This record gives sequence, structure tokens and C-alpha cells, in this order.
Amino acid sequence: MKDMTEIRIPRAINWNRLQDDKDLEVWNRLTVNFWLPEKVPLSNDIPSWATLTDHEKQLTIRVFTGLTLLDTIQNSVGAPSLMPDAVTPHEEALLTNIAFMEAVHARSYSSIFSTLCSTKEVDEAFRWSEENPHLQAKARAILQTYAPGNDPLKRKIASVFLESFLFYSGFYLPMYWSSRAKLTNTADLIRLIIRDEAVHGYFIGYKFQQGMAKLPEDKQQELKDYAFSLLFELYDIENQYTEELYDDIGLTEDVKVFLHYNANKALQNLGFEALFPPEVSEVNPAILAALSPDSENHDFFSGSGSSYVIGKAVATEDEDWDF
Amino acid sequence: MGVPETGLPDILFYSSRSGNTARFVGRLGLAAYRIPVEPDAPMPAPGRGFVLICPTYADGQGRGAVPKQVIRFLNAPENRARLVGVIASGNRNFGATYALAGRIISKKCNVPLLYRFELAGTETDITRVRAGLDRLGTERCSMTA
Repeated sequence: MKDMTEIRIPRAINWNRLQDDKDLEVWNRLTVNFWLPEKVPLSNDIPSWATLTDHEKQLTIRVFTGLTLLDTIQNSVGAPSLMPDAVTPHEEALLTNIAFMEAVHARSYSSIFSTLCSTKEVDEAFRWSEENPHLQAKARAILQTYAPGNDPLKRKIASVFLESFLFYSGFYLPMYWSSRAKLTNTADLIRLIIRDEAVHGYFIGYKFQQGMAKLPEDKQQELKDYAFSLLFELYDIENQYTEELYDDIGLTEDVKVFLHYNANKALQNLGFEALFPPEVSEVNPAILAALSPDSENHDFFSGSGSSYVIGKAVATEDEDWDF
Repeated sequence: MGVPETGLPDILFYSSRSGNTARFVGRLGLAAYRIPVEPDAPMPAPGRGFVLICPTYADGQGRGAVPKQVIRFLNAPENRARLVGVIASGNRNFGATYALAGRIISKKCNVPLLYRFELAGTETDITRVRAGLDRLGTERCSMTA
């Protein structure tokens, strides 16, 4: 009988022979978007930081340690755990990029801390992140799914939920500060992280859909059920985490709407329909504007005005246009 | 060409293999023609006015926002002449480049940006786009009557 352990020939990656052109498209996007925290002038936020109350400062630092934990998990466990299941060598290379950028994100929060906060405040918040039951519960729920031997597609589901849903209870706060003209440079840095996470969630979700499409219908249904039940479990934890963090400054309900909106987007990245209905997912316009500044809504069908406005000058240097 | 056009415009759309735009168009429940992903596949040839639904693929600087196949399609003057308006999709998480393809096409082709939505759209988006297209159809009727 043939030896069951197949020895694969070590193969050099050839980017000129693609099995899936999405790999190159996303690789290009991620590499062009590469950034480091040093490029953001965080020290300009020092005067703004001084206007926050002690409680608001503590909340902000805690939120950022929570985000650091998720980035740390995705850097050291999450993205690497997807590599053995990569279908193409290019997907594997992409996952190394994703893993590294998560390390950059985790590192960025420490840049914010060293610019704005005292060592004592930061040490306290890291201790808090290790002891907070809700934060620990979501980390554990995800890590369990990443464990070796688990279903590769379930791992992708968890990864998309981390990238496209779990970060948002935290991302809300810098967007909120930014909407009130506070910590605007910090918000610029967070927007770079948000942009990366959006590509990660999209790409991993795309690979999930590719894998899922090859399965028989009953197996597809099982995975879909798994995805929704994991989302419910995480949503439950996120609600408690949100209440604990935001009750004191009266933002809990606003954050929860943001959670619904992002949960729906995470499901869409996996190719599933939205779960939360529009009436509980319409995000505060100030937060939406903070997410995508300079892209105001001037479209024709939204009905706010009778005329449309054609957006301000945009880069159309693309050499493919003929006219 | 001499016959006045009435009613709903056709819908043309582009959707990559991730399928968000295709899912949105499917839920609209209106007849729609797809601009193919493969560069060597035949392009649809709209015989009447149409609305284009197009996703955005911009990098951080806004480059490459409009998919190459859509540019190829719009490079044909006869296609451009029938373009009534553009609906663009994207993701707000891309900040200032959210749904940028819509702004670029609107500017290049001098047509209105009709609507923007995220990923595969929400129920609200579907309702608004259906109503908007209806209104557009009615306006076209009264314009050509």
C-alpha cells in the first residue's frame, strides 16, 4: 500500500500563473495600502487628549487594549491558522501579509499610548484587558475555533467575524471622538486599520464562499447554521461588553446599532443575508460621516434634495479610459 | 433609435467573483445584464437607455476604482450614449474612497450618481433603488410623451 503521507514537492510561487485572479487583486490592494503608525502625527492629539475627563481617558485606553488583544490574536494565531488550508500558494502569501498587518495594528495602539498616556494608566488597562470576562470570553470563543484540527471553513467564519464584527464595539469610540472633533489624528490611524480589516474580511469571506460552493447542500446548510449560532454567541458577549464600557457615558444604544450594522456586513462578506433589520441597523449619521469623511451622500435616489451633485474632483488618471 | 424610449431603463451591472453586486441585483428582481468578468467574453450591447450598477475597487489613493471591464464597456461611445445614470457600491470602511467608482463614472460620462450602497445592500437600499428606478421610468415617459 502506498504511504498515506503525501510528500509534496516544494514549489516556488509563480505570480504570473494564477489559479485565482482575486489573489493578485487583493495582494495589490493590501501592498499599496501598507502603512506604519509613524506616518500619523499622533502627537497633534496631545492637547485634545487633555480635554477628556479621567473617565473618558480610561474608557479610551481600555477600548484600545481590547482592540490590541484582537489584533494580537489575529496576528499570532488567526491568520497563521488559515495558512494550512490555503487553496493557492498566493492565498498563503496573502495570509502572511494579513498576519503582519495585524502586528502593525497591535503595535499602533502602543504608539497611541506612548504618545498620549502615562505608563501607569496603560499598565492598568492591560491588566483590565486580562481580567475583563467579556473580552476574555470573545477571545476564547474565537481561539477555540482556530484550534488545530477544526473545520477549515468554520475557522474562516470565525476569522471574518473577528475582522468584520468584533472590532467594532471598539472602533466606535475613536469615530465618536472624531465626530466631536477630538483625537482626530488618532481617528486617522484607526481609519487605516479599519480599511485593512475591511479587505481582510472581504478576502477571507471570499475564500470561504469559494470553499463552501464546492460542498453538497446539506453541508452548506450546516455551515450556515454554525455561522449564525457563532454570531449569536459573539453578539451576546458583545452586548455585555458594550454595556460595561459605554453605559456610563450613555452611548450603549448607539454602539449596539453600530454592532448590528457591522454584523450584517460580516454576514455579507460570508455571502449570507443580513440578520438585523434596517430599523435597528441605521447608524448615527455622525458616525457614518466619521467612517467615510469627504464622501458625503449626494445621490439622487436618497431623496434629500431635488438635484444631484457630482462629487468633487477625483483621481481618474487610469490609463484605460479612452475618452 | 428613432422610437422614443419609455418606462424603466435596463440594468447593467458588474460583479466580481465575490458576488456582492450580483446578490444585490438578484434581490432587485428586475431584468439585468451582466458585464462579464472575463476579458474575452462578449459584452452586452444595450439597445436602450440603461442604469449601470458598479462596485468600487479603489486602493487607498483611489486608483483602480472602476473595474477594468466596466471601463472597457464604457469606452464604446454607443454604450456611453445610452447610460442614464450610475449606482455605485462599496464599503464605508474605505473612507473617502467609499463607492468612488460612482463618482468617477458620473464625472467621466456626465451622468447622475443615482445611489450608493454597501456590499450587497440592505432592505432599505433595495426599496430605495426600486422606487428611484420607478420614478426615473416615469420621468422618462413624461419627457418623451
